[in-house]
Amino acid sequence: MSQEEKIKENLISKFSYLDNSINLVRPRRISIEVGLDNFLAVFAYLAKDMQFSHLCTITGLDEQERLGFIYHLAGAGGVMINLKTSVPKAKPLIKSVTAYFPGAEIYERELVDLFGAKVEGLPPGHRYPLTDDWPAGQHPLRKDWRPNPDIGKEAGKDA
Amino acid sequence: MHNSEEFRIPIGPQHPALKEPEGFSVALKGEKILGVDIRLGYNHRGIEKAAEERSYIQDIYLIERVCGICSHSHSTCFVQTVEEIAGLTVPARALYIRTIIAELERVHSHLLWLGVAGHEIGFDTLLMYSWRDREVVMDILALVTGNRVNYGMNTIGGVRRDISLQQAQEILKAMDILEERTKYYIEVATNETTIIKRLSGVGVLSREDVLLLDAVGPTARASGVKRDVRVDDPYAAYGELTFNVITDDHCDVYGRTVVRVKELLESYKIIRQALKNLPAGPIAIRAPRKIPAGEALGRYEAPRGEDVHYVKSNGTEKPERVKIRAPTLANVQAVKHMLRDRFLADMPIVVAAIDPCFSCTDRMVRLAEQGSDKSKIISWPSLHAYSIEWHKKQGIDFSELNKKLAARLAR
Repeated sequence: MSQEEKIKENLISKFSYLDNSINLVRPRRISIEVGLDNFLAVFAYLAKDMQFSHLCTITGLDEQERLGFIYHLAGAGGVMINLKTSVPKAKPLIKSVTAYFPGAEIYERELVDLFGAKVEGLPPGHRYPLTDDWPAGQHPLRKDWRPNPDIGKEAGKDA
Repeated sequence: MHNSEEFRIPIGPQHPALKEPEGFSVALKGEKILGVDIRLGYNHRGIEKAAEERSYIQDIYLIERVCGICSHSHSTCFVQTVEEIAGLTVPARALYIRTIIAELERVHSHLLWLGVAGHEIGFDTLLMYSWRDREVVMDILALVTGNRVNYGMNTIGGVRRDISLQQAQEILKAMDILEERTKYYIEVATNETTIIKRLSGVGVLSREDVLLLDAVGPTARASGVKRDVRVDDPYAAYGELTFNVITDDHCDVYGRTVVRVKELLESYKIIRQALKNLPAGPIAIRAPRKIPAGEALGRYEAPRGEDVHYVKSNGTEKPERVKIRAPTLANVQAVKHMLRDRFLADMPIVVAAIDPCFSCTDRMVRLAEQGSDKSKIISWPSLHAYSIEWHKKQGIDFSELNKKLAARLAR
């Protein structure tokens, strides 16, 4: 049994609902889709019990009605798990993973600025990467967002 | 934490000490750093959004410009991710050529870093030496690719230029020169007490901190974490080549120096092997203009650490989503930790030690007295001069070592 199959078996024995949502993409690549309700349990199990101890980054996706989030976790043997969850755009609330990876703070701030996600449990701090005077409700990586030539004009005048 | 004796020093925001200029706000009590607050994003260029508006071919050149120094890193990471989605089998010769350029890039980047590090601690002869030697590899890169940076070697399905027999001979000659020079740097770094005293115990990051803060590259390896994508998750031709992953247990700037100079020797080893075993055959296969719907995650060991690209395609000639995480973003979190309870005089070398991209632009430091309107602006060169003088008073003076190395150069 390959290391990827072992990981799959281990996960299914712990979380039976993952039975149809684990995809062994190729050697060293596993993608998993999980609903928001179960997300944190699976994430914590991977990070703590299965030694996927390196969070490479978090990718945000605009999927029309929903926002997708992929957590890229690296473990032993070069295996990468792309753990995906999604939320409705109308209520884009996810939970912070900074309790497991303090370094995730910057990746979660990206999701807040660029996709308009709301991250529960994100410690206070500066926004990233947009400017402090960026207008509210403008999230550039949403598909319906178009560059607005007026953004930043006011800031330019002050300088 | 705030009291009348505390100073808060903003460095930046227009502070191009890193690839993306950022604002450091340093809380200081006397000469000691109490905490550092980092504001990022001042140079956000919207490349991920721009990539969605362009074709895959146009994106190669856009993404190559994410970074000037690791340009080949980003373009390789992107093309191999797209190739995975499209199910392309890239010719072996192209994979070897990508690997050779990747290691040449690492050599130029590490030699550049060695010079910057020397400069930050007042060891300018080392800067002159390593940047002179760096020209050897820059000439080779220009010979093979036509450019010193932004090589334009990659395309989807392979590479755009071959390496001729004659070019291979030139590369091998350069490797011999650089190997001899690098051995000398290793001798200097591991034997000169002034360097050892100046860099030891500075910018400490424990093994546990690396794992917690997700640091990557030489910064992680210098804290004993054997994390290297070339071995963990092999790409290009790395799976067929033998080399060592250099680690060190000093967990400080000294360790990061040792790791980088020793990695240079491994790079020469990889380049020689790749040239020796360079497979015959085509350098590229034809790739479709439209990439079938799918997604893939690519990883790449850039000179500064793990580079991560995620690409999602939708069956058209433009990607649905491109996500890039450059190594400096992963390491900048660790800087905060390294500076806590250290002296202001160590800030230049600690920031430099994660190897952010230094631009030539002047950097300003604004000293503001907490609770009053009084503020004082000092330039980065003044902070640099202050750092060197401060350490001279502690008995660490590079004047003699500078003279000693210069005398060797004169011989």
